[in-house]
Amino acid sequence: MPREAALARFGPAASAARRALIVAVAASAIFALLLLIDGKDPVRAYRDTIVYVFANAYGFSELFVRMSPLLLTSVAVALPSRLGLINVGGEGQLYMGGLFATAGALGFAHWPALALIPLMTALGFLGGALWALLPGLLRAAKLVNETISTLLLNYIAPLIVSYVIFGPWRSSESASYPESPAFAAGARLPTLGSTRVHLGLVYGLVCLCIYGFAIGRTRWGLEMRAIGGNAEASLRLGVPVSAYIIGSMAVAGGVAGLAGMAEASAIQGRLVAQLSPGYGFMGFLVAWLAGGSAVGILTMAALFAVLSSVGDVLQITQGVPFSVINLLMAAILFIVLGERGAGGRR
Amino acid sequence: MSAAFPIALASAAILSGTSLLYATLGELIGERAGIVNLGLEGLMLIGASTGFAGAAVTANPYLGVAAAALAGVAANGLFSYVVITRHANQLAAGLSLTFFGLGASALIGRPFVGAIVPGLPHLGAFDLLVWLAAPLAIVLSGLLYRTRWGLTLRAVGESPAAAFAAGRRPDRVQYEALAVAGALGGISGAHLSLAVALTWDEGMTAGRGFIAIALVIFAGWNPLWAVIGALVFGGAESLQLQFQARGVDVSPFLMNMVPYLLTLLVLTFSGLRGRSAAPAGLGRSFFGVE
Repeated sequence: MPREAALARFGPAASAARRALIVAVAASAIFALLLLIDGKDPVRAYRDTIVYVFANAYGFSELFVRMSPLLLTSVAVALPSRLGLINVGGEGQLYMGGLFATAGALGFAHWPALALIPLMTALGFLGGALWALLPGLLRAAKLVNETISTLLLNYIAPLIVSYVIFGPWRSSESASYPESPAFAAGARLPTLGSTRVHLGLVYGLVCLCIYGFAIGRTRWGLEMRAIGGNAEASLRLGVPVSAYIIGSMAVAGGVAGLAGMAEASAIQGRLVAQLSPGYGFMGFLVAWLAGGSAVGILTMAALFAVLSSVGDVLQITQGVPFSVINLLMAAILFIVLGERGAGGRR
Repeated sequence: MSAAFPIALASAAILSGTSLLYATLGELIGERAGIVNLGLEGLMLIGASTGFAGAAVTANPYLGVAAAALAGVAANGLFSYVVITRHANQLAAGLSLTFFGLGASALIGRPFVGAIVPGLPHLGAFDLLVWLAAPLAIVLSGLLYRTRWGLTLRAVGESPAAAFAAGRRPDRVQYEALAVAGALGGISGAHLSLAVALTWDEGMTAGRGFIAIALVIFAGWNPLWAVIGALVFGGAESLQLQFQARGVDVSPFLMNMVPYLLTLLVLTFSGLRGRSAAPAGLGRSFFGVE
């Protein structure tokens, strides 16, 4: 049965590509419609977008800047999803990663980059992991559903960040706009040439590869998929279900925390109240649309990087509010959910 | 602290608890029919922006509330189609509805940022929606436990297959329940923008939709308990304003965390108590006979 073998091998990638196509077409059509309603010229808008994003080296490099956090936050959703867990807390985990990494950057500012960057990376992972550990524990103890607890924690994490940058970590230089003191040079993630593409992209790609390998080729992955298939049966077979729930949530949170560390260290160079324009939520969409496959995540993250760049360009050139992006994402999700739901029982 | 403090706190708790109560009651009806709607936050945002826009355009806050209710029904109709007819995953579809609400409300409300609107007029100590909130809980309780429609709705929530076998149409009942939920979600948002804040601000619901979903669990899926839950959480929310008004020096960011922390705590205790009250068919998709 070579055809079925080929389907099993390339099926996920092919369906991800097909879905990416649907998403791209639907997104363009809906955006065009919205622009028309708003009295704008969609053709001009698309020409602007192509000129600013694709026919321009800097604009093109910005796609990778957006893709880096998306890769990390979508792995943070995809990993627990293999156990049937829904981690919608990427946004909060990202903020906690940024918070912990900042503690390292400010506390050990005189360290050389070779020591400080690894420390901040570890702290960023730790911050996100701790923030996801609580929902993991509550779920493993069968007390609180992880969907609702991670959602609630999303609202608390940015408040903690605001608390420290308005209070103990407030920079004395910026009187009007609260932010932490600027990081020392050794606390900044290296970037590529004159662009803003930073080492976080490597973090994202490495995490994605490890994720793909762990799920597909290791005993851990097999047992995680078994739990996702039938938790009760797995438990009877001696799989430590609770340990997997807690562990996968913590690791997922840590990965999202890395995104926060990279945003603070490479993009902002300090801790700010608006660390992320919703990368945690976008990561959820990316992972969901990709169906958890590593290749799918790469494709969808690239697509969402394009979408959010388009949103930025249109905001600047056409005065469309950035939140319209949310409308677009919802439309895409509804289309894919409706299409998929009719076929399977997901 | 003066003697006026408890009274001021109680009246602030009632005011901000009202919005939570409408949202909680809406979610509760949907969940009793077996459908979890994580899009409540989006519904509230659509209600808040549409209500505000409606009141600004017509100069009549009651028409604003009506517009908000209709917008809530329409938005929840989209969600209903995806989860009931297309059998999509309820949690993912609900989150999509929240994203939809974030975007749509930003578009609807943008022309009205900073507008001055007539707020809901006070009838005595409170506005009309406050006076109607607790009676509504009693009416819904009667509907659920004393009418044929309520019996069917609860049966569908427990076991769609059994209700179907008994000659009911689970999908129709679920559509009806979600229409009611949409209207209540919209009204809840409109109360926030037209009675509490008297302004429209992007993302102004700030997670209240998710708190209301937690309140449903706290209330054990019983409309009457939802009244008490909404009052407690309304109190937690207004505590911050009362502290500020009295010059108590606590960081507003820390005070803002209280409702979310309280929600997590309440959920944990509800979990310890056991979940026997949850409708058995909650979150599952019903495919009819195959």
